Amino acid sequence: MSALPPLFEDWFTRRGWSLHAHQIAMLERAPDPALLLIAPTGGGKTLAGFLPTLVDLANGMHAGLHTLYISPLKALAADIRRNLSTPIAEMGLPIRVEDRTGDTTQTQKRRQRADPPDILLTTPESLALLLSFEDAPRMFAGLRRVVVDEIHALADSKRGDQLMLALARLQTMVPDLHRVGLSATIEDPAAMAHFLARHPDPCEILFADPGPDPNIAMLQTDDPPPWSGGGAAYAIPAVLEQVRAHRTTLIFHNTRAQAEIFFHNLWLANEDALAIGIHHGSLDRIQRRNVEAAMVAGELRAIVCTGSLDLGIDWGDVDLVIQIGAPKNVKRLVQRIGRANHRYNAPSKALLVPANRFEVVECVAALDAVKARDLDGDPRGPGPRDVLCQQIMITACAGPFDADALFAEVTTAGPYAALTHTAFDDCLNFVATGGYALRSYDRWQRLRQTGGLWHLRDPRTARQIRMNIGTIQDTDTLKVRMKNRMGGQPLGEVEEGFAATLTPGDTFLIGGQVVRYENLRDMTVEVTRRADKPPRIATFMGTKFATSTQLSHRILRMFGQGDWPELPAHTRAWLDLQRERSQLPEPDRLLIESFPYKGREHAVIYGFAGRNAMQTLGLLTTHRMEELGLDPLGFVATDYAMMAWGLNPLQDPAALFDAANLRAGFETWLAGNAVMKRTFRASAVISGLIDRTMQGQRKSGRQATFSSDILYDTLSKYDPDHVLLQITREEALKGLVDFGRIEEMLARTAGRIDLRRLQTLSPLSAPLFLEMGRVPIKGAATERLLSEATDALMADAGIAEVEARPKWRVGY
Amino acid sequence: MNSFAFTFGNARLHARPTGTLHWPEQGLLCVSDLHFGKAERIARLGGTLLPPYDTRETLCRLENELRATAARTVICLGDSFDDLGAGAALPDQERLWLQRLMAGRDWIWIEGNHDPGPVDLGGRHLGAMTLAGIVFRHVASMEMFEISGHYHPKATVSLGGRQVTRRCFLIDGTRTILPAFGTYTGGLACDDPVLAGLMAPDALAVLTGTRACPMPMYRRKTAKRSA
Repeated sequence: MSALPPLFEDWFTRRGWSLHAHQIAMLERAPDPALLLIAPTGGGKTLAGFLPTLVDLANGMHAGLHTLYISPLKALAADIRRNLSTPIAEMGLPIRVEDRTGDTTQTQKRRQRADPPDILLTTPESLALLLSFEDAPRMFAGLRRVVVDEIHALADSKRGDQLMLALARLQTMVPDLHRVGLSATIEDPAAMAHFLARHPDPCEILFADPGPDPNIAMLQTDDPPPWSGGGAAYAIPAVLEQVRAHRTTLIFHNTRAQAEIFFHNLWLANEDALAIGIHHGSLDRIQRRNVEAAMVAGELRAIVCTGSLDLGIDWGDVDLVIQIGAPKNVKRLVQRIGRANHRYNAPSKALLVPANRFEVVECVAALDAVKARDLDGDPRGPGPRDVLCQQIMITACAGPFDADALFAEVTTAGPYAALTHTAFDDCLNFVATGGYALRSYDRWQRLRQTGGLWHLRDPRTARQIRMNIGTIQDTDTLKVRMKNRMGGQPLGEVEEGFAATLTPGDTFLIGGQVVRYENLRDMTVEVTRRADKPPRIATFMGTKFATSTQLSHRILRMFGQGDWPELPAHTRAWLDLQRERSQLPEPDRLLIESFPYKGREHAVIYGFAGRNAMQTLGLLTTHRMEELGLDPLGFVATDYAMMAWGLNPLQDPAALFDAANLRAGFETWLAGNAVMKRTFRASAVISGLIDRTMQGQRKSGRQATFSSDILYDTLSKYDPDHVLLQITREEALKGLVDFGRIEEMLARTAGRIDLRRLQTLSPLSAPLFLEMGRVPIKGAATERLLSEATDALMADAGIAEVEARPKWRVGY
Repeated sequence: MNSFAFTFGNARLHARPTGTLHWPEQGLLCVSDLHFGKAERIARLGGTLLPPYDTRETLCRLENELRATAARTVICLGDSFDDLGAGAALPDQERLWLQRLMAGRDWIWIEGNHDPGPVDLGGRHLGAMTLAGIVFRHVASMEMFEISGHYHPKATVSLGGRQVTRRCFLIDGTRTILPAFGTYTGGLACDDPVLAGLMAPDALAVLTGTRACPMPMYRRKTAKRSA
């Protein structure tokens, strides 16, 4: 199969289209067992992926499911279905295309299992669920191809690991399965091919023409950006001007909260009432759909958005992409720029808008990196074993299995190719018996072995296992809706922690509206439009982007210059001020600033070791601070610096950096910190130790559920070698990266520490105060503050003179 | 000492930072909602296989409390066992441990909704009991000077942007509600309407931790109390 059949040839000719070279190549290489296509956004990736399927199905000879298409977003699946319908209808192809996601109705899902379409569009989670049913082998019997779209996005998380295990399962059912991966531009194509391949089979890589260089620049504004702050409010007039000058503009933000604030400010300044919408993952689905529909119809001049728009949804006529805030990594920036101008051979146009002066430096460094086509990224670690535990349960749901056969199957998946049999057995044992040193569940095992095959002890548990499928961590969020008698319009979601701080009358921003908190009803936040106070900012858990190490190094090199002709005057002045008030970080010295601010002592360590290493350093140094009696309360890490705050000032930095001490304390200390507990919670849910809490199920009786921290503490105390604690350590270390990077930093600076004691925060430290992802330290300071806080509350309530009232007396 | 001492009826009681209630004059220690055997019960009912160490951890902390207070009388305020089956299925080692703690003490098991009948472990088994004008029962009723459990109260304090949640006692002039002592227990926020309806406007929440920290249970002027 090489040439395009005449039916297709004619159709393309009629439309005035011609195929790109890589689309033809995909057709020619359809028989390859696995193939990875790397093409820039707008390069016709999806058509390239589907063309062999359409050609194959054109004669109507195939029965049953032919191609499975997997995408990270439900919206993408729906979009693809629409896009495929045109060629299928116009060429009169005998092809049925359906999507299957969490939004598909039960009736339709059941019918799809009994009578699958030719092409099924779905997500990794829905595929995993399908594989858990006993009839999966029948449903997938005729399957020929699987197309993984936006594979670079899936490979970023555990969803990718789960998908590769699912493909291994599929390939056991249908050995002659052909895999196709579609990826945007990435830094390490070979690693992605290894990820996709069925081991040990090869996976070839096809590179599409990357197209002309993008037209990308920093936005010029009359007002300088502030020292710190993420809102970029200063740039609103300039951004509006750009929106006016273009057909459709996408305005990307790094976090949802920033997007909300910017959108609000944009509307306040939008005198021409240009049609501008907002789109992010915390908004209600219907609202998002309305914006998407308006966008496709060309009714919007601009959309303020976050990563929820990052993936390849067809956005019609976008001719400008604006990135607000520094692009945290070059790869993502390049992928975002690809949104502008879908005409493949025309350059994309993009503008960067730094939100503060530090970001000006970052933006200039990022522009240099883009020009040098210097992409960045961290290598993927081995496949996480919590996902493997879930896969074992999914397999057991579908029917009895042989352990050795399952091990062989699992190791055909790229991320698990190097998995040892022992590591696999530990997971199987955990799923079956709990894997505890104390063998107390012999009667209540989840899996039993009969005649050599493993199966569920109680088949009824399959339902519970299916409900827990997936690796996406939903933080506890509450729905927000307008309060009225009819139930009210849903607006979106806020974090439960944020909702807990609201008092009736408080106002906050959601979906670009200022709303007033009225009350909480049935776990729903009810709001009205009677907003009479300036809004507080809702805290949405947006994806936290880490600036790449490679960008950090570019920046450190820039700081070493005597002057910065490439930077705007205001940013040069700001760096000069840092030199005057404190000093600029240097590659072979370690700068530490110590200063009081808002009632807390702060210490900022400019390590420039990349976010992961700075995070590790933060955990280690605050642990030392606790030992030294500095009473640290928390810290935050960026790629460049780590800032800790507490009750007492840092005076002797050398005591923090005693390398032997740091290393010795590392392992033992690692066990007790907040990052470990957070990682444990995620792994405990994925591996099936605790049930995912379903929204709405927890209206009452919350005392029945208890914190996963309790499980972590209990397990650490009584069963420290338990496999789930091993998994937690493995996963936490992926985030914290090896200790080696810190040692490298210590070696580079070799004890040349400059401690600057300042009156207040320095120009360079100001942006740190707005960083997300603060890590609390639960030590002596917490107890002290808790006592102070409760005493203050007692005083507020007029119960301070407890001694005067005979009924109460504090302490004894 | 890190306890919170208060007068309740004619008694001087100590709310201990561990979540137990001590009545020194009577040599009495009161604990609530031990939920022994919870992990086993969840496994038995086909749920997940939680670390089976909750009972020994609860016993370990209970033993520390008995040692610290030298209590001669112990009142367990109900839900001592996660269900009656969990009481019966207690592994030998844990059963012996519990019996060792019970030996030489007047031990009273108050009935709870999880353990409405006697468990074969000795001690006295009662629906409720009264001592020196104070009533001990599992679920609060409207009686005067009543000590109860059941609700697992917890309170959240905001410490400059971050929140700390602790199990807590709820105490007003006529009613004391104990926090749950069992290891695998969660909590009900003390601003939940269920609890707000039970306690007087001047009620205190006494937080557990390294020190028992009292604070007003109702912190907002807008907080309403149903009659």
